[in-house]
Amino acid sequence: MAAITATAGKSLAQRKREEALTGYAFLAPALLIFLVFLFLPIFFAIYISFTDWNGITPLNQPNAYNFIGLENYNKLLFQQGISQRDFYTALKNTVYFVLGVVPTQTILALLLAVVVNQKWLRAKGAFRTAFYFPSITSSVVISLIFMWMFTRGGIVNDSNGLIHNFLGLFGITRNTVGDWASTRVASLTLWDWISGPSVTMFTIMVLNTWTTIGTMMVIFLAALQNIPAHVYEAASVDGATGFQALRRITIPLLRPTTFFVVTLGQNDPDDCLHRLRQRVQEFGDGAGGGDGDCVVRHHLRVLAHPAPHHQRTGRYLGRSL
Amino acid sequence: MTTVTATGEQTTGQRFTLKRILPVMGITFLIIFALLETVPFVLTVANSFKCLAAVQQVPQSFIPVPPFGVNCRTESGAALPADATTGALTFNPALEGYEEVARFNLPRWFGNTVIYALGVTLLRVLFDSLAGYSLARLKYPGNRAMFFIILGTMMIPGVVLLIPRFIILKQIGLLNTYQGVIFALAADAFGIFLMKQFFESIPNEIEEAAQVDGASRLRIFFQVVLPMATPALTALTVFSFQGTWNNFMDVLIIVGGNPQLQNLPLGLALLRGQFGETLRWHTFLAGSVITTLPLAVVFFIFQRYFVEGISYSGLKG
Repeated sequence: MAAITATAGKSLAQRKREEALTGYAFLAPALLIFLVFLFLPIFFAIYISFTDWNGITPLNQPNAYNFIGLENYNKLLFQQGISQRDFYTALKNTVYFVLGVVPTQTILALLLAVVVNQKWLRAKGAFRTAFYFPSITSSVVISLIFMWMFTRGGIVNDSNGLIHNFLGLFGITRNTVGDWASTRVASLTLWDWISGPSVTMFTIMVLNTWTTIGTMMVIFLAALQNIPAHVYEAASVDGATGFQALRRITIPLLRPTTFFVVTLGQNDPDDCLHRLRQRVQEFGDGAGGGDGDCVVRHHLRVLAHPAPHHQRTGRYLGRSL
Repeated sequence: MTTVTATGEQTTGQRFTLKRILPVMGITFLIIFALLETVPFVLTVANSFKCLAAVQQVPQSFIPVPPFGVNCRTESGAALPADATTGALTFNPALEGYEEVARFNLPRWFGNTVIYALGVTLLRVLFDSLAGYSLARLKYPGNRAMFFIILGTMMIPGVVLLIPRFIILKQIGLLNTYQGVIFALAADAFGIFLMKQFFESIPNEIEEAAQVDGASRLRIFFQVVLPMATPALTALTVFSFQGTWNNFMDVLIIVGGNPQLQNLPLGLALLRGQFGETLRWHTFLAGSVITTLPLAVVFFIFQRYFVEGISYSGLKG
């Protein structure tokens, strides 16, 4: 009784103020974490990208850095040179990666979800588990497993690459192609060079699809189960075939989910960064040395130095923007 | 009359075959992909118990047969050839890989992984649910804006933050400490989003009743709201634990300088450098099994929550 009087005794404005204060207080711990470990680094990175700081001189020393305006961005985007080449190579590879992986994994995940969702299917749980298991595995573990399988002399790959194998279909192999193939350039045969980065890239794409497809399938499956059965019944009464139902009902109704899955997929190249890094190391100069370098190379360099080089920070931002 | 029946039968016949064929195709497709997803793990476990020479043998043997615990070397110390320990599909399990990996500081890595996973999960559950509740239920100026800012951080690619974060951590003296890892990961936008969505889906009446009874917001939150949010909290716990257990990149950046603070994925990744040029695959695979096993056990026990959690996040996206 006393409590009610107490609550009622407070004015509306007072109560509103209290609620606001509680709101901010509840938000504060998470916001503090974000502020220190997220927003501060971002603003710091943007700030540094306008300077010529070399990343090594302590910032509190005088003349540690000068403002150079948009010079880093200029170097990265417009001036001919190594920075520009690396940046656009990375950009090109990111585009290839996204174009290759996102549609593949989205379509495959959707198809798998549609099959798992069928009423006649037994052991749904077992399938769901099988598909989801890679998603809970450490990416280090996955990269090790894939490296082991795809390495030179590994159980999946022989020393031939994707292009080699394709040429092999037409009877073109190392032995039939002629002596030029054995010419060594930078301690690798020309034959090895042409197998090149596309193999790495392709493997990374497969790896990425393999890892994420389970998560996406489960997301699709949940969305599918949310589509009411009577929609399909109505369609069936109207004489729609299963395929028509998929095209005209399932896919349109899943649009929000598809959007989510596609967005999730696009962010992924960054998640698997170190997988890529290890893969490049694994393939050594053979795959990592050409101009077809994937996203990796440039991250690799950045990672090699624990502090940002001004160009690198610029490059980073160039990409993230 | 006859014609009609014939046509009718024909169409049903066609439909019938199509109805028979589609499930078969579907199941085949499903089984092929299920195998693609699981076979690498089966082979990983099998090969972690093989002698090095047999690890890259094609075709791969995967059925363990006695004698168990064979020695991978002859008495003179030379490595046994692959054929000596494997048949066509069978192999004699050896422990060489596990023995080699055990020479490293595994208990330490394991302990650190547990510390990070528990610390981060505990803080995330607390901070994310508080923030989620604040965004979902409490009205104050800037509520919507805060939500979109937090949601927006999910779009920032993680790599961009690595180096600036390193520098900030160094400045505040948290580099190469347990706290550094735990605080840097103590709140995440995804978790806040998950909790907010959940709080919005539960009815407000119970909280209002508690408020009329004069309970403070903090008490309402801990005694009334949180107990109702068990499904979302479980999903959040499971995700945070899994994510932090497997975390490699942040741990590398934050405690990479101190070998005593490495976790399992980091130790495993650096294992490769420890043997120089030789790739001790059976050792790496043994390490992979050891890293994955605890989480796999957790996964099989809490499977429902993993799947529910991911579905939940996806539906609301």
